[in-house]
Amino acid sequence: MSTDKESNTHPFSIKDCALIAIATGRRAYTLTELRNHIRDVRLDSIYHHFWGGLLGVGFEELEFNNDFANWCRKHLGEPALAEQLSVIDPVEFTDLEGLRRELLDIIDERLDSNEISYFLRSSRAFEFTRSLLVIFDTGRRITLPQELPSILPDLSTGSIFYHFIDARRRLKDGSDDFRFWLSSWGEDYNDLRRRLAGIDPFFSSLSQVREELTRVCSEFLTREAI
Amino acid sequence: MNGLLEAYAGVAGRQVISQLHQLADHLKGMKVVHVNSTRVGGGVAEILEKLVPLSNELGLDTSWEVISGDDDFYQCTKAMHNALQGHSEPIDQRLLDAYEQTNRDNADKMRSQLEEADFVFIHDPQPAPLFSLCPGRRGLWVWRCHIDASRPFRPVWRYLRHYVSDYNASIFSLPDFAQDLPHPQYIIPPSIDPLSDKNIELPQEEIDEVNEKFGIAPHRPFLLQVSRFDRFKDPVGVIKAYRLSRKFNPDLQLVLAGGTATDDPEGEKVLDEVKTAAGDDPDIKILLLPPDSHRTINALQRAAHIIIQKSIKEGFGLTATEGLWKGKPVIGGDTGGIRLQVINYHTGFLVNSPEGAALRVRYLLHRRDRLEEMGAKSRKFVLENFLLTRHLREYLTLMVGLLHKADYRIELG
Repeated sequence: MSTDKESNTHPFSIKDCALIAIATGRRAYTLTELRNHIRDVRLDSIYHHFWGGLLGVGFEELEFNNDFANWCRKHLGEPALAEQLSVIDPVEFTDLEGLRRELLDIIDERLDSNEISYFLRSSRAFEFTRSLLVIFDTGRRITLPQELPSILPDLSTGSIFYHFIDARRRLKDGSDDFRFWLSSWGEDYNDLRRRLAGIDPFFSSLSQVREELTRVCSEFLTREAI
Repeated sequence: MNGLLEAYAGVAGRQVISQLHQLADHLKGMKVVHVNSTRVGGGVAEILEKLVPLSNELGLDTSWEVISGDDDFYQCTKAMHNALQGHSEPIDQRLLDAYEQTNRDNADKMRSQLEEADFVFIHDPQPAPLFSLCPGRRGLWVWRCHIDASRPFRPVWRYLRHYVSDYNASIFSLPDFAQDLPHPQYIIPPSIDPLSDKNIELPQEEIDEVNEKFGIAPHRPFLLQVSRFDRFKDPVGVIKAYRLSRKFNPDLQLVLAGGTATDDPEGEKVLDEVKTAAGDDPDIKILLLPPDSHRTINALQRAAHIIIQKSIKEGFGLTATEGLWKGKPVIGGDTGGIRLQVINYHTGFLVNSPEGAALRVRYLLHRRDRLEEMGAKSRKFVLENFLLTRHLREYLTLMVGLLHKADYRIELG
């Protein structure tokens, strides 16, 4: 790697984060109630129900990848709607208002096409929650991409969440901190960035995401070294 | 790293401990006081027993105080506990007077300590009035409700709400339990301590000794429910489920192991009902264990084939968590925090009746491969979600958040 590139590149500062859930007091027992709360609830609650489960208490082998779809399937008895909601990929929405709109469109379509959906009532409420994210600096720095394979396995799941999931909200292009940092090293790492983009954080626990990141970086950087 | 933290790193991993240090660095030296109503017995006391020294090792100045009262006080708080869980019975004014007087007496004893603290955590309804009895408080006060208050008996909740609404925040174990209060309501599930006598690994000889002591035949399957003798835990329903299961598993044994807590005056009455239901069946063992029988309970959980926690109402159900940690599937009542822990066909089964419990017992004893597989998954699930270290991390996160008045996210330097 050239000295010029190193001088143009800032070290990667490793952050960590901890999340705590907060009740919003909003509860839905019917699809109409769910719809109206989605319309009015704070955006961080929408975000929490897509991503918060990764860092909070939860079971990793959920059938669907967001809380709305799970509730429609398990408690409301709306399997088709659950499937439709589960294909929403929040990564595609850099703007959370867009994600809210997509949820509303799908639910409205269901309500328009199936009158029975108005009358279904769950015995268990959908509890709208949001979260508080506390981010702190670990003091650790990565100065060269070659350090990634040895450092990644030691990162906490909070660090993985912050740099690989939360970053998608912070960065304008919806990527993650690793890809963003690697882009400052020029075209040499374009292939690695493409491979990192292929890691799907849904359906995996954060520790599985960490393993996948380590594997991809190790394979690429070992091959480069050869 | 200090001794206690080092020991937890061995179970939960170094990254987990490092994260605790990072958060605690922002709270170093702060005075934190926890207040509850019993030093022994029950999940709250067990959590505080380790949470407090662990916080101190991280550099916080944490203490634990216990309020004490007379029989009328405990009768009142037991009635409040039941009312928060939905039992529709008004509380006699005489008992409410005792409740208020006891809190005034205790406030006189601990007022200066509480008023000086940076953070005060008041656990459950028993000490709730202390907030209004400490007008010179300078710190942040948090009411921690461990009870399933999702459908409280409204007159009693209105009475209690008056005492808790002015707190800076409250904590509930599940979102379903949260109530309409004018402050942030954080959601923190409780946890178990993997290094306590109740959860630590035991030598097989010790498990064998406990089996022998209570006349449990180790080669025959046995079901275990560990809980106070309390109607909400449905011990009589467990006996019914056992009897239904015996038709298909004649070798089956049942152990009902109950502790007593100093703040539960109803225990003896329920125990009598359980003894009557058990009759003279030699394969039902009813064990009334003293509150310090942690290793005995640990051994029983490790020896059992299936753990039952057939509660009708449950705050969280730490005995279910303990069972899962021992690598046993749990058949649990479809209520409260048990729902968060028991995932059908993964970590056990949720049931709504003795018949449902019997069906699942029959399934698990017939499908020993599934029993083993679910047991392994159960332990991993607890490791990742319900250990004390996660619990402490969330308390620290809450404290940092409250201190910085953070609403959504906060980036510390």
